[in-house]
Amino acid sequence: MIDSRIVITGAGLTSPNASNYTQFREKLLKGESNIQEIDLRYFGRAPAGVCSFDETKYRKKKENKRGTRAGCISVYCANEALASAGLKRDSYNPARVGVYLGLTEHGTVETENEVYNIKAYDYDVAYWSHHHNPRTVLNNPAGEITMNLGITGPHYTLGAACAASNASLIQAVQMLRLGEVDMALAGGISESVGSFGIFASFEAQNALAHHKDPKRASRPFDSSRNGIVISEGGCIFVVETLEKALERGAHIYGEIVGYAINSDARDFVLPWAPRQAECIRLALDRAGMKPEDIDLINTHATGTKQGDTEECKAIHEVFGNAPSTWINNTKSNIGHAMGAAGALELAGNLPSFDDAMVHPTINIDNLDPTCTFDKLAMNEAVKTDGISTILNNSFGMLGINAVLVVKKVE
Amino acid sequence: MTGEEIKDLILEIIEDIDDEADLAGLDPAGPLREQLDLDSMDFLDIVMELRKRHQLQIPEEDYPNLATLNSCVIYLEPLLKDK
Repeated sequence: MIDSRIVITGAGLTSPNASNYTQFREKLLKGESNIQEIDLRYFGRAPAGVCSFDETKYRKKKENKRGTRAGCISVYCANEALASAGLKRDSYNPARVGVYLGLTEHGTVETENEVYNIKAYDYDVAYWSHHHNPRTVLNNPAGEITMNLGITGPHYTLGAACAASNASLIQAVQMLRLGEVDMALAGGISESVGSFGIFASFEAQNALAHHKDPKRASRPFDSSRNGIVISEGGCIFVVETLEKALERGAHIYGEIVGYAINSDARDFVLPWAPRQAECIRLALDRAGMKPEDIDLINTHATGTKQGDTEECKAIHEVFGNAPSTWINNTKSNIGHAMGAAGALELAGNLPSFDDAMVHPTINIDNLDPTCTFDKLAMNEAVKTDGISTILNNSFGMLGINAVLVVKKVE
Repeated sequence: MTGEEIKDLILEIIEDIDDEADLAGLDPAGPLREQLDLDSMDFLDIVMELRKRHQLQIPEEDYPNLATLNSCVIYLEPLLKDK
């Protein structure tokens, strides 16, 4: 076990409102949402977050066609992350680089498409694509990165519902500390807007957001919130040891000083505040911090009635009314990017270490009384005296909770 | 289908797989794989497209007959003569 401090030194992303990091932060500070209405096969129209980025910047059209949407997003984000870290493909020994990606689900889009496609052949499975298996194996998005970048170290994905990208960052920290790898590409990816089934399932749970203005559909903490806005997206971080980062004079986005994952062991879909609070406390303990040491909590809140209330209960339990802690929510702006959510939301807030701004939770007209805090960043960005610590919450179905504590490196 | 039409069909399928493929300088007697950097999955794409477009079920032992543009014509001409 290597007793190293682990830092984030690069970030590559695409989100429904941005195709690079600078633009992402600007849009979040301005509270600009690009959520739009899309038309899904069988399902019809729904608000959703769709990414627009240069898909052939880092690989050929043929390779995008061969792979998956998740793979395409992954390759883009991984290359952007390396570039932002000032690293080249061979800066690290490729056998000592690990790729760990969080996914909420994978293969749903491809399977739905294949079933749809063979309809034209009277469901004769002789026309089922030979691409199905390599596209739907769960390591697909991570594997597409290794093929693109020539990385020969380990690659795999972590299925942890909507807590997945926090789980992947935790995996990266652990693998670096175990000495298994010298550098990790870790984060999360979502291609979920391509699946009618995901929309239909949330709708069947009465958990899909509706609003006549799609930009206002995602509204965590608002009394009239009525569900989730599904988004695609991706965010991949370069994670390495502080020693290596300092050695090469890298810009350090933040140090991962605490983390925790636990399980509710209770319900397939309903979250549970007591276990979320335990997870938050464990992450704080591991960081050697008290609640008052946290300057900013980026909430997981997805805009469902019960989910937001449970998370607020958990935060109230640990932080009280959080008198010294700013609280915000990124999904109000970009929707719920599922497996990419935790990483994208962390990326959206790490610049607070440099600019001392807290991006707003938008779309709050009437704050739900169960979601009040002393310092909730609401509708307008807030200029603070400084942000040095961020606690990032991510929770998912089957009762998985993953919390990160990230600290500014002075 | 004539030999020329079969060549066009194969080239059209390859163009669908990779619209950046350099088809202009293709040697019809040379291996398609090496010339166009096609791998086994691309090759299966050709087989699948022939199945979808012309209901051809090409058995695996016949795949070597699709190695070059010329060998495609020789192999496919009798199969597509009424198409």
